[in-house]
Amino acid sequence: MDGGVGYADMDALKATELRLGLPGSHPPEKPLPTTTTTARPTKRSLDEDRAARRETSEGGRATSARATKAQVVGWPPIRSYRKNSFQAMKATAEAAGLYVKVSMDGAPYLRKIDLEVYKGYRELREALEDMFKCFEGCKGSEYAITYEDKDGDLMLVGDVPWEMFTSSCKKLRIIRGAEAIRGLGSSQ
Amino acid sequence: MTEDCDGEEKDEETRRWSPGQGGSSSSSSRGGGSGTSASSPFKNRCVRGRVDQPPPFSGQVLENVLENVLQFLPCRRDRNASSLVCRSWYRAEARTRLELFIGNCYAVSPARALGRFRCARALVLKGRPRFADFNLVPVGWGARFSPWVAAMAAAYPWLERVCLKRMTVSDADLALLARSFSSFRDLTLICCDGFGTPGLAAVAELCRNLRVLDLIENDVEDEDEEVVDWISRFPETDTRLESLSFECVNCPVNFAALEALVARSPSLRRLRVNQHVSVGQLRCLMVRAPQLTHLGSGSFETVPVADGAAELDVAELESSFVASKSLVCLSGFRMVAPEYLPAIYPVCAGLVSLNLSYAMTTAEQLKPVILRCHNLQTFWVLDTVGDEGLRAAAKTCKHLRELRVFPFEATEDSESAVSDAGLVAISEGCQKLRSILYFCQRMTNAAVVTMSKNCQDLVVFRLCIMGRHRPDHITGEPMDEGFGAIVMNCKKLTRLAVSGLLTDKVFEYIAKYGKLVRTLSVAFAGNSDLSLRYVLEGCHKLQKLEIRDSPFGDAGLLSGIHHYYNMRFLWMNSCKLSLRGCKEVAQRLPRLVVEVFGDQNKELDGDAVEKLYLYRSLVGPRDDVPSFVKIL
Repeated sequence: MDGGVGYADMDALKATELRLGLPGSHPPEKPLPTTTTTARPTKRSLDEDRAARRETSEGGRATSARATKAQVVGWPPIRSYRKNSFQAMKATAEAAGLYVKVSMDGAPYLRKIDLEVYKGYRELREALEDMFKCFEGCKGSEYAITYEDKDGDLMLVGDVPWEMFTSSCKKLRIIRGAEAIRGLGSSQ
Repeated sequence: MTEDCDGEEKDEETRRWSPGQGGSSSSSSRGGGSGTSASSPFKNRCVRGRVDQPPPFSGQVLENVLENVLQFLPCRRDRNASSLVCRSWYRAEARTRLELFIGNCYAVSPARALGRFRCARALVLKGRPRFADFNLVPVGWGARFSPWVAAMAAAYPWLERVCLKRMTVSDADLALLARSFSSFRDLTLICCDGFGTPGLAAVAELCRNLRVLDLIENDVEDEDEEVVDWISRFPETDTRLESLSFECVNCPVNFAALEALVARSPSLRRLRVNQHVSVGQLRCLMVRAPQLTHLGSGSFETVPVADGAAELDVAELESSFVASKSLVCLSGFRMVAPEYLPAIYPVCAGLVSLNLSYAMTTAEQLKPVILRCHNLQTFWVLDTVGDEGLRAAAKTCKHLRELRVFPFEATEDSESAVSDAGLVAISEGCQKLRSILYFCQRMTNAAVVTMSKNCQDLVVFRLCIMGRHRPDHITGEPMDEGFGAIVMNCKKLTRLAVSGLLTDKVFEYIAKYGKLVRTLSVAFAGNSDLSLRYVLEGCHKLQKLEIRDSPFGDAGLLSGIHHYYNMRFLWMNSCKLSLRGCKEVAQRLPRLVVEVFGDQNKELDGDAVEKLYLYRSLVGPRDDVPSFVKIL
């Protein structure tokens, strides 16, 4: 290995390199020896792998940098005891979910959904349609999905990026019938 | 006195190797002699000389006096030195050493250690190299407690204390320990593995004089069906427990049994529970034991409450803290619900140690707590508090000696809320700082230099810039100057861990100025073998050197030949070593054990050495070598 090459340069080079392939995979490393194989095939390292994969597939959650750079074994040097404690914490935090009430005009009771489960608006719409199918009635009318944001205003779902929506949405309301058509007007 | 000893020494030798001679009547020999007196500790402490026997020879008197004097020397380094004076001192010291410290379990065999120190009552034993904590040592490498406990069961019936670090301890070992030593009182296990609740149950049940059971960061694995209610196994009578720590035992405990145990342990001062104890349950325990000095608070949040039970009021919790007037050390907070944190305000002013490193506290949540902790000396925290949180700590904690800032997201690309600014703030506010461990992503040479000038008492400096090869984030320069300033200005420094973009230059500084450095940790650093050569030639006190992923090869390795016998160990992984170089070291240093290994399931192939672990040993290659390790 060349003694004089700056490692920062190589990293910068790698970052700009174009390559074909799925995020998370990359061609065999050059002479710089890094320990990329797992030394300890315990259930914990498998969990870590799964957690890492889950994070990269969830929309908007993982940074792209994390997906392309291989995680080196044992770096940063944190004991697995501590890492596992945090995984448990993060898991419970994730399990907590982002539950919001969903009301629909004319429905006798409300529902609750976990916004974190959906990757985007299309999935949300489909899920809501599914959930409220029984209340459609024979009219099969127009409806608009709206939400109440942090400031208490009634907003139309779909205008802002998904992440912004999930962080500001307090409750959902499905408006049906004449009101919906009036509200939407030409914007649909 | 030395001359006398030497003279008698020769006579003693003659006597021992000439079975015809002997007896106490001869003027040139001594009565008794060291051989027989070593058999029991109690005999040594008896007054020698009976009426019907001639008075003991002056040599024997001197040895007795020496033993009595040496009993006042607790420090092992002093004892090591005194044992080198002459054979007589060696024997006297060996008879009076009460605590046996073995820094590398493979440096000596149980038979040899126990044979020399026949009266020890305490054992401190360390096993795996530290990089095992980071999954760099394959499972099954070694460091088993079994041979030690088996040997001690026979040799030390009066054993009282055992402290193990990075050893593999099985349930059977714990059971044997519990059965074999009637005076056993203290068990401390740190970063160990191999045991589960059955072993703990044996200890609880059979160690009737147990005072300390501290389980710290161990890997306690139980198959779900095999979990044993070990807390219920403590004797039904009042116990002598002073300290009980089981944060790492990650399975639910029988709370009723725990509460009853605490209630019948009047000497209990230190209690650290696991995260399956809710804050409501914690309050019950605190009411039972208001005399606690050290408290590990478990989850510090309300898990789903039992039917009918009301959620704990913060004011009620706070009153428990008010009642715990002796608390000096607080830890736990595994799932802390932020609204409960203010309950600890009443004890903050008395706290000497606070560990919030499992709590995702923000700066805003931390400030009201830390601003009350004027007497804090040890502070462990997560980087979620950010530079702002550290500034608050720096403002108040003028007596801070030890700071550890852990990363919440321990990955290379994570965003960290702490940076060089936090380090500077700490250095300006906490000038008595002795030990720091700081994880971050952004650091500057200027900040590290500032710390080196403000905190001249630093003994331990461990900085981990998590992104590999990261330079000074403002100047783009390597971090050489910063670490150089640390070794130059902090004259008491004995432990150093370096990170970030580093060239050979930093090692030149370390070699030149780091004359007291005993432990050095290197990762992704240096340009060439020169780095390794500098360190091995310049750091005369170096004992422990651990290196990973750095471009050091055989030439660097061979430059340490003159020093390896003075070291506890050298660890190198993912460097540029070859079998040839390692073999040469092994050949030239016969009392060194040179272990070479790769990953667990791969055969060693080729000439490249993936992992090297070498250490001095009195007993040569160990006999429990797994298949993936080769001893050269």
